Amino acid sequence: MTSILSTHGLTAFYGDFQALFGIDFHIAPGETVALIGANGAGKSTFLRAIMGLTPVAPDMIRLDGAPIGGRAPHRIVASGVAIVPEGRRLFADMTVEENLRVALDNLRGRRMVWTLERIYTLFPILREKRHQPVQRLSGGQQQMVSIGRALLNQPRLMLCDEISLGLAPRVIREIYAVIPEIAAAGTAMILVEQDITLAREASSRLYCMLEGRVTLTGRSSEITREAIAAAYFGGSDAVA
Amino acid sequence: MLWLDGLMQGVLLGGLYAQYALGMALMFGVMRIVNLTHGDLVVLLALIAISLSAQLGVGPWTVLVLLVPLAAAMGWVLQRSVLNRVVGEDPLPSLIATFGLSVALQNAMLQIWSADTRSLPGGGIEQISWQVGPLFVGVLPVIVLGAALVLTAGLAWLMARTRFGRALRASAADVEAAAMVGTNPRTVYALATALAVAILGFAAVFQGLRSTVAPADGAAQLIFAFEAVIIGGMGSVWGAFWGAMVLGISQSIGYRIDPGFGTLAGHIVFLIVLALRPQGIFGRK
Repeated sequence: MTSILSTHGLTAFYGDFQALFGIDFHIAPGETVALIGANGAGKSTFLRAIMGLTPVAPDMIRLDGAPIGGRAPHRIVASGVAIVPEGRRLFADMTVEENLRVALDNLRGRRMVWTLERIYTLFPILREKRHQPVQRLSGGQQQMVSIGRALLNQPRLMLCDEISLGLAPRVIREIYAVIPEIAAAGTAMILVEQDITLAREASSRLYCMLEGRVTLTGRSSEITREAIAAAYFGGSDAVA
Repeated sequence: MLWLDGLMQGVLLGGLYAQYALGMALMFGVMRIVNLTHGDLVVLLALIAISLSAQLGVGPWTVLVLLVPLAAAMGWVLQRSVLNRVVGEDPLPSLIATFGLSVALQNAMLQIWSADTRSLPGGGIEQISWQVGPLFVGVLPVIVLGAALVLTAGLAWLMARTRFGRALRASAADVEAAAMVGTNPRTVYALATALAVAILGFAAVFQGLRSTVAPADGAAQLIFAFEAVIIGGMGSVWGAFWGAMVLGISQSIGYRIDPGFGTLAGHIVFLIVLALRPQGIFGRK
């Protein structure tokens, strides 16, 4: 099976600080993969590197087998990768619909699977609030805008950076309920999560990261909680 | 009657200032780029307009048609070659880069055009006026005001309703997030600066027609543009227009009080607005 995206010994730096130490990763078309790990494990840096926001060597990241490492973010988006960034990163002082339209504006004639109408069907509350400035929405509603905006980029691969962060459990369930529908549209997803239960339930495979390295990988249903705990915190002494 | 005349002349002067201020509203108000060459670009474009008029023997409207595309091209090059390297959260790099460029531009203009004051011949249009009751209204200032209204409405529409406007507001709100949604902020910013300097092409022709220009005049236009944008409120296109009106009227009334007091009156009103409503007339919080 060919990967839609793969990384090969991916390293990344912030100035003199090395954040990633040789990450090998792959994801197949339509697959949902979870990426878990504690704060500072390098999960967000990994996603930023894929999006072209952190300088990396071309061969370290391949999309459909072709090297794309270090390409400008707008070109990565144009080739079918979108991100729901950490902290949502909506455009302040713009309405819900304007936020969504910025993504549509950049399609330049690419095939459209996700339309405004389909986003409003997925999240009916957004249709109601479409003319309100985004800062008046609740955290959960803002997260829906951020997901909708990423979907309107018509991604074949969508990166989700801690979409449950800071939300009430009921809202998290509501948002995670749409993941199967997105997957059913044929979109591959990388779910970065701190909530291990959530990550295991939503994904078919998972990677666990610790201090810039992958410490565990396998099928989500087969990996034991004990193995995850060891990989998550590092060293068996930390498990107890 | 003196005061009514002062008010009317102020509105007409505000029309010219609005044209300085619109480009500043885009660059400083929206993109948060401090461009100290703003006034020098008006002067440079006015001097180019005067030379074009003399060399080609054409009237001011033909000059305008030639000058605006040239101004847009200059704006594009300025953003791609200099400003895109210095934009970011910190306004200091753009301030330092454009300060240097401002000095260089002034010296280059002195070298090419000397320190003489010049003006653009308008073929008599600058002398025509209408009599409205007891007041005389110049035709040219009315054209300038009309052009300012059309440019303001056009720019406001562009910002609110078009793909380019959305991309620019998104890039200004969060440049990295805009890139993550597929926008190329460098291209969007280059277009915005091209647009800002193109509007200065209008301002340059009208400035050359209404009064005189000399290479060192840029500083005054720069200050007036900053003041209009801040009085109106950062980021608001119509705010820049009304800010320019407030400034024009203040100066005009000031001139009526004492011929030496006009410019200072404008600065004083600006400082009063800054003290009482620092977010500007149209600004929020």
